[in-house]
Formats: sequence, C-alpha cells, structure tokens
Amino acid sequence: MPTKKAMTPAEVKEEILRRYPTKVARKRDKQFLVHEGPEAMQTKDIQANVRTIPGIITQRGCTYAGCKGVILGPTRDIVNITHGPIGCGFYSWLTRRNQTDASAPDAANYMTYCFSTDMTEHDIVFGGMNKLRQAVQEAYDLFKPRAIAIFSTCPVGLIGDDVHAVAREMKEKLNAIDPNHKVNIFAFSCEGYKGVSQSAGHHIANNQIFTHVVGEEMKRPEGKYLINMLGEYNIGGDAFEIERILDKCGITLNSSFSGNSTYEQFARAGVADLNCVMCHRSINYVADMMETKWGIPWIKVNFIGAKSTAKSLRKIAQYFGDKQLIDRVEEVIAEEMKNVDATLADVKPRTTGKTAMLFVGGSRAHHYQDLFKELGMRSIGAGYEFAHRDDYEGRRVIPDIKVDADSRNIEELHIEQDPANYNPRKTDEELKQLEAAGFEFKEYAGLIPDMDKDTLIIDDINSWETEKLIEIMKPDIFCAGIKEKYAVEKLGVPLKQLHNYDMGGPYAGFKGAMNYYLEIDRLVNSKIWSYLEAPWDKEPELSATYVG
Amino acid sequence: MTLLRHTSKEIKDRSALTINPAKTCQPVGAMYAALGIHGCLPHSHGSQGCCSYHRSMLTRHYKEPVYAGTSSFTEGASVFGGQANLLQAFQNIFEIYDPDVVAVHSTCLSETIGDDMPQIADKAVKEGKVPEGKVVVTASTPSYVGSHVTGFANMVQGMVKGLATKKDKKNGKINVIPGFVEPSDMGEIKRLCKLMDVPIILFPDTDGVLNGPLTGKHKMFPDGGVTVEELRDTANSMGTLALGEWGSSLAAKYLDSTHKVPCQILGLPLGLTATDSFIDALRKMAGKSVPAEISFERGQLVDVMKDYHQYLYRRKVALAGDPDQLIALTEFLVSLDMIPAHIVTGTPGKKFEERIREITKDVPYKVNVKVEGDMFMLHQWIKNDPVDLLIGNTYMKYIARDEDIPLVRHGLPILDRVGHQYFPTVGYKGGLRLLEKILDAILTRKDRDDPETSFELAL
Repeated sequence: MPTKKAMTPAEVKEEILRRYPTKVARKRDKQFLVHEGPEAMQTKDIQANVRTIPGIITQRGCTYAGCKGVILGPTRDIVNITHGPIGCGFYSWLTRRNQTDASAPDAANYMTYCFSTDMTEHDIVFGGMNKLRQAVQEAYDLFKPRAIAIFSTCPVGLIGDDVHAVAREMKEKLNAIDPNHKVNIFAFSCEGYKGVSQSAGHHIANNQIFTHVVGEEMKRPEGKYLINMLGEYNIGGDAFEIERILDKCGITLNSSFSGNSTYEQFARAGVADLNCVMCHRSINYVADMMETKWGIPWIKVNFIGAKSTAKSLRKIAQYFGDKQLIDRVEEVIAEEMKNVDATLADVKPRTTGKTAMLFVGGSRAHHYQDLFKELGMRSIGAGYEFAHRDDYEGRRVIPDIKVDADSRNIEELHIEQDPANYNPRKTDEELKQLEAAGFEFKEYAGLIPDMDKDTLIIDDINSWETEKLIEIMKPDIFCAGIKEKYAVEKLGVPLKQLHNYDMGGPYAGFKGAMNYYLEIDRLVNSKIWSYLEAPWDKEPELSATYVG
Repeated sequence: MTLLRHTSKEIKDRSALTINPAKTCQPVGAMYAALGIHGCLPHSHGSQGCCSYHRSMLTRHYKEPVYAGTSSFTEGASVFGGQANLLQAFQNIFEIYDPDVVAVHSTCLSETIGDDMPQIADKAVKEGKVPEGKVVVTASTPSYVGSHVTGFANMVQGMVKGLATKKDKKNGKINVIPGFVEPSDMGEIKRLCKLMDVPIILFPDTDGVLNGPLTGKHKMFPDGGVTVEELRDTANSMGTLALGEWGSSLAAKYLDSTHKVPCQILGLPLGLTATDSFIDALRKMAGKSVPAEISFERGQLVDVMKDYHQYLYRRKVALAGDPDQLIALTEFLVSLDMIPAHIVTGTPGKKFEERIREITKDVPYKVNVKVEGDMFMLHQWIKNDPVDLLIGNTYMKYIARDEDIPLVRHGLPILDRVGHQYFPTVGYKGGLRLLEKILDAILTRKDRDDPETSFELAL
C-alpha cells in the first residue's frame, strides 16, 4: 500500500476544524496555532482564558476545583469545609495526589478527610448560613484546628449565603471562647460558574490566602538563604525531591504554595528573600502581591528536567551572589548529574526520535517538554487547559490582554507597601547588575518561544481534536489527564498523566528526571502495543482447512 | 502514624458537618445510567466542574473512556438561565459527535435557577437543532436531593418517560431493570435470563460500554447499551422486574401506571437468597421452568457456604455503601451466619433501616444502623466495637489500614483494584466470587496472625 503523504500542520488544523459548525470553527481557529518559527510567532496572538463552547467535551473543570482542589487542597492542617451539596466535597476528596509529610506525632493532617455541609433542599430554599455556622462550630469542637476554610459551590452564590460574614462571625466567637487557642477562619467565593475554568479559582484562592493569612507571622526563621517555592503541589512527592536538593545546597525553603505545606508556612511567607515561581499560571498573583507589599522579587524557575533543575539552582545561587553558595550548587549539580547521565545513557537510545504531545492544565505542558528534550524526543503539539495568553506568549503581552466579562468577575486586590515591613531585598543597583548579567526578574517567556516550527499549539483542546490529532499525527506518547487517558490508549497510543503521574513520581529534580526517563521508556517501548491485533485479524484468509 | 488521626473514639453528635461521606450527588448516577443507552452521550446541564468530576470518578472506577458534554455555565448563564447554553450544546453535540441520543441531567446550579430542561429540549427540536431520528431524554437530578442512587433512578425513569411508546400488541418480553450495579452484573443478569430462555429488555445496560476491549480501534460509542428501539418497546412488555428499590422502582412504577406494564420490585440479586427470589420471580412472570444449569450453579454456591462455614460463623462486619447493595449484602452475610455489626449509608430513606432491622432480627447482636450516616461515624463505631472485616468502597481503605482490618472492596468508587468491571457479584456465580473474596480476606488474615505452632496447611 503506498503511504499517504504526511499532512502539513496547516492541513491538520484545517482537517480538524472542518467538522465544526461555522461559529465553533471561527472560535477554535483563534485558539489553534501552527508554529511558524520564532520570528513569525512574535506577532501571533493565541486566544486563551475564554469560555468553553457548550456541548464541547472539554478537559476543563471549574472555579471551585481550582480553588479548593488545587491551591488549598495540599495544605495539611487547615480544615477545608465545602459549603454545598455533597458532590463537590466528595469529588475533591483525596483525588489529587498531593503528598504531605505529617510524620511528626503531633502534626495535624486533615488531608484524608472530606468536610461538607451536605446542603439539602431545605438549605437551598431557606438559606444555608445557619447550617454553615453549626458546621464550623462542630469542626472546631471536634478538631480545634489552627484554621478553617470555607469553600462555596454553585448554589451558594445563587441563594445569597454570605460565607464571609459567617467566617468573620465564627472567628470572633470562637477566639473569644478560648483565647489560648487561636483559630483563623476565612471563606472563598469560588462558585463553580465564577470563571471559564479552574484558573479563576486559583486567583480567588491567591487573593484570600494573601488577605487572611500571608504576613500574619513576620518573624524570620533560621536559614541564610530563605526562599518560597510557589506553584509546586507535591504531586507524587515532587516537593520532597526539590526540598532534598535545596537542603543539600544549603538553601532553606521558607514556605511552599502549597505542596506539603502548613498554615504556618503561608503565614510567614512574607519574610523570604526570594520567591521562586514554578507554576506561573496558578500562583503568579501571590508572587506579584508579595513583591508590592514587602519588596520580595520573584523569578520563574523550573525543576522539571535535570538541566532545568540545574539552571534553576544556578539562578537562585546567582541571586544571592554568595560564592560559597554558588560553589556548593555546582558541587551538588555535578554529583547528582553523574547518576542522571548514567540513566539517560541507558534509556536515550530507545527514546530518541520519538514524538510527544502535551495537553495539561497549567505549566506542565511547558515544563515537561524539557524532559522530553533530554530523552531526545520532540514535542510536536502542546497546549494548556486553563492558561491565559501570557502563559503562551510570555508576560510581555499582559498589557494587551483584553479584560472581558468573565475575567472582570475576579477581584483584583489593590496592594500597597507595608510601611512596617517593606524591605526591598535588593537595591536598585544590585538588581541592575543582576539584570546586566542576564538575570530576569518577574519574567516568563511562555511556551511558544520554546517550541519548534511546524508544531501545534492548542488552547483548551477537546476530545474531538485529541482523537483526530492522534489519528493523523500518531505521536508516540500523549500527555494529558485521567479523562483523556483511556480514550487515547484505546487508539493504541500510551498516555502519560501529568496531573497525577499515573501514581508514579516524583518527576521533579534529579531523581525525578531519572524516574521519568524510565517511565517514558516503559510506556513507549511496552510490548502491550504489539498485542492489539489477534492472529486471525492479521491474516483472516484461511490457507488450509481441517474441516473434512 | 495513622491516616485518620483526628477520628476520636468518643462520639459527639453532629447535625451540620458531614465528614467522609458515604454518598455522592445525583448527576454522577444519572451519567452512569445514561452510558447504558447505546449511542448515548450524557450531558450535564451546569458548570464544567460537575461534568469533569463525574467523568473523572467514573473513569477512575472503570479505567475506560467516559464521554459527556457540559453546558459550561459561566456567571451569565447562572443569572439569565442556561437555555442558550443548552440549545448551543445540542447543536454542537449532534454536529460534532453524532450520537443517537443525548441524555441531559441537571445539576444543583441549573435546578436552583429553575431551568426547564424538557421545555428547552422541545425548543431545540422545534428549531431543528436535533436532527431527524435523533433523541433527547432529560432527567431532573438536583444534587441537593438524595444521592447518586437517586440520580441513577431519575435517569432510568427519564429513559422510559421520554421514550416508552405503547403499541397495540405485547412484545412477549420482560423488562429487567438491573439497578445501580456494575457492567459485569448486567452481563450476568442477561446470561441468567438467556439460560432461563426469557426474552428481556435490560435497561440501562453498561455491559460492553464500560468494560470494552483494547484493539487499537476506538469507538466513541461502543456496541453495548440498550437501544432506543428497545426503550420505546418497554411499554409493550409483559411485565417489569425492578431489581433494587432505590435504583429501579421509579422507572418500573412509571411503566406500570402509564403503560399498564405490571411491575414487581425485588432486591438486588446478590447472594444466595436474593438470587433465589430473582430467579423465582422471573420463572413465574415468564412462565418458564428453571434449567438444570442454574440449579447446578446454585448448588455450587451452597456447597462452598457449607465447606467454609466455620471461618464465617459470627464474624463481625462493618459496611458502608448504597441502600440496595447494603440490603442484599446484609442478607447474604446473615445467610452465612456472619454478623453485620455496623451499617452506614449516606443515601436518605427511612425504609432502609426498617429493611435492615427486618433482615437482622435474629442476629445475636445489637446492629448499628445509620441512615444518612458517614464514614467518620462508621469509623467511630468500629473504634468502640471492632470488627473482623470491612466491606465498602476504596475510601474505606484508610479505616482498614488504621485499624488493621481486612477490606473487601464493593460499591462505588473502587479506584485501586480491578475486577468489578469484569466479574459480577450478582447471581450464584457472583455470590461465589463475593464469598471467595470474603474468605480470602479472612483466611489471609488468619495465616498472618496465627502463631507458628498452629499455622495450618489445610483450611
């Protein structure tokens, strides 16, 4: 059979969009880019952070999922009460793989629990505030926690329950009962419909944590080089591996937003020397606000990929500018890379030349391309589930991003310098010197500049597009989430989940890179894919017959 | 280091805070039921998150693709109503995915604002957004009423409400509503009816939809499922057997009152005596005799119950799950002379406790039952009065580990084991499998704990 001539990326796009009704095709056209090379892409916009088209089978979730599930979920010592019917609390119960180390005998750990007001028809009709008050009281009586957070689900906003009033009132009441036990209580108006995706929920979470918790404790802990890690959620133990490396270098992790985190870490975030942002999408708000309020600069880091990890460590060392630290970081990198290189030497011959596609939530669709690069694999298509334009095109486009009705919905906090604690970590002179040496603060160039010509960049991809891409472009591996996993694998292509890592990991840092190399080798070279056809499917015609 | 370290032995009454629920919300049950219609795309009329959560949960439970559309509400739709979103969704779904049926269920959001889905569906038909020969069914499934079981029941009723069409002639078939059970269970019910030579319409039927093969060729709409034609024909059957009152009685009663199809409501055919009731009812309704194969399978189950009785006798069990499942499980445990000590369901319904009391009236133990209880409560009971075995979904493994009690996984969701998709627990064969699992758990524990002096070769 003659092989068909491979389609150009532009033809692939055309083929996929052809199926859509005109209106849908017009909209998707703006969210579906063919990479035309670095020069040309400078002037290309992608449409992102806009509504999903009703009826389209999207990867996206809702605002509540972004707020409660993603940002606050990984913190072990806050009692998170979902105010709503039972479902939302139930589905966000242990379903993200945020690991936490609560091994200290007296450590609070509520992550294994699901707390809900389980609203019923009566509460919807007559209002749920009394039930919420009582639920907060019961949580306090049972656990005496350091903090209680309240999360609104869809009906709460519609029936007008004032969750913030309940939080204020209960905080006052409970702190008066027992002055020796301080409890902080705050609420989130993160109803599912509040935004076009989880992204709105991240922003709402950032705002409230910043307002109610960050800055509560301004005492500096021990540690010469104090950093915060923002946007790292300790999926599969990633944060443990990052902490291991930081410890080894002598860098102190002051607080983590929010993998393996505690309330206390949020409270003292304002004392760090530097904010390192992993997931630009979910947490940049807090980074910006901390800079304004206390003068803490932020840099974009990436601990996914051995080379990226080394680069990020060097960046942090360069920021502090201390020779002792710079040397130590080099030592650590050299030592760790020995093992990494050995593993890579074994795996790379079996992965080189293969292709990958990555369509996941936020930054992972970008970060994980570094790991594929190390494996000698090409990323031929990528996109985000809930990103904004700046995640694709870089922060340079932020001033041009149109505010629409949906983004206007999310409160922008107005932050001012804290007169008591504002303390620029670097003088203007020092900052200039660092920048002259190629150091970039508050900068993220986005995904597009890191991708090759003729690749595809697709925002808010859906099931139809996913399956067509696989049919036409036949990548060797596809990275997405649980909802896509089995549909893709039915087509004979392995899917690597980058939300929950298919229960594997860690994949961050040096050890994580080695884990990932082996995992991708396992997936793309598995025997399974050779068994899809039965022998009688391969040669259906009978050559001889035993039937007399 | 315990996983549920904040669960105290001391029980305090709670009236507002649910902790570690033993239920979830209606729409996921509706979505599951809708997947049991051939060529159907379930559609969630609400925010994206509901659909995403439900698809994720079902996907994790089945390890299979689960497709569903969503109306993708944003603030605007929540204020002005979701009609425009749903109309647009219909048009896009039929044009892009081309299903035979779209089964729309509501969410707490669309119910709170009062969207009238049947009216919107009619409008879609009138405006030509539903192509000729395509079908829309709807079910009202507010998340703040009942549980996932209620949602399942509402969607199953929605199927016949929307489709059942009376003809002059009976079709000679029996409707069987299998209840909120696994694809494997639905397959087993079909097998038993075939052995009995009874022609049936089984609905919903997720067998062949959520336990499909891997071939490299993917069908968005697999071969399994009850067809639209069959659903239309349910109005002309000789009778309906509804298995599991909570999951199946709504649709059965609808067919009875609207189309005069007489119905009989039974428990789920799980365990010896409940399967006996099902086979007996089927025999009488269809006027058929029971074939030797079925009697043989029954005898095998009875044989094993006898062989291993000593390891089951008076062993205490704690259970959490759905009413229909728990009623059948309790009945099975009692028939094995085990003690169902603590029983919790999150699904409301006073009748549940009555049924359990009735089944356990001769059990030499004061059984704890909590309707609209949660797993936190169950765990506290266990701390106060330990048991030998747990039966419930994957969330119970936290209690199992903390208290060092073996767990037999049963119910929804099972996120960490394979089997429920492929091997039934209903029927005599299913009873045998369930018994094997219970014995495995108990005997593995015995082998672990017996002192070396009395470590036994043969059990």
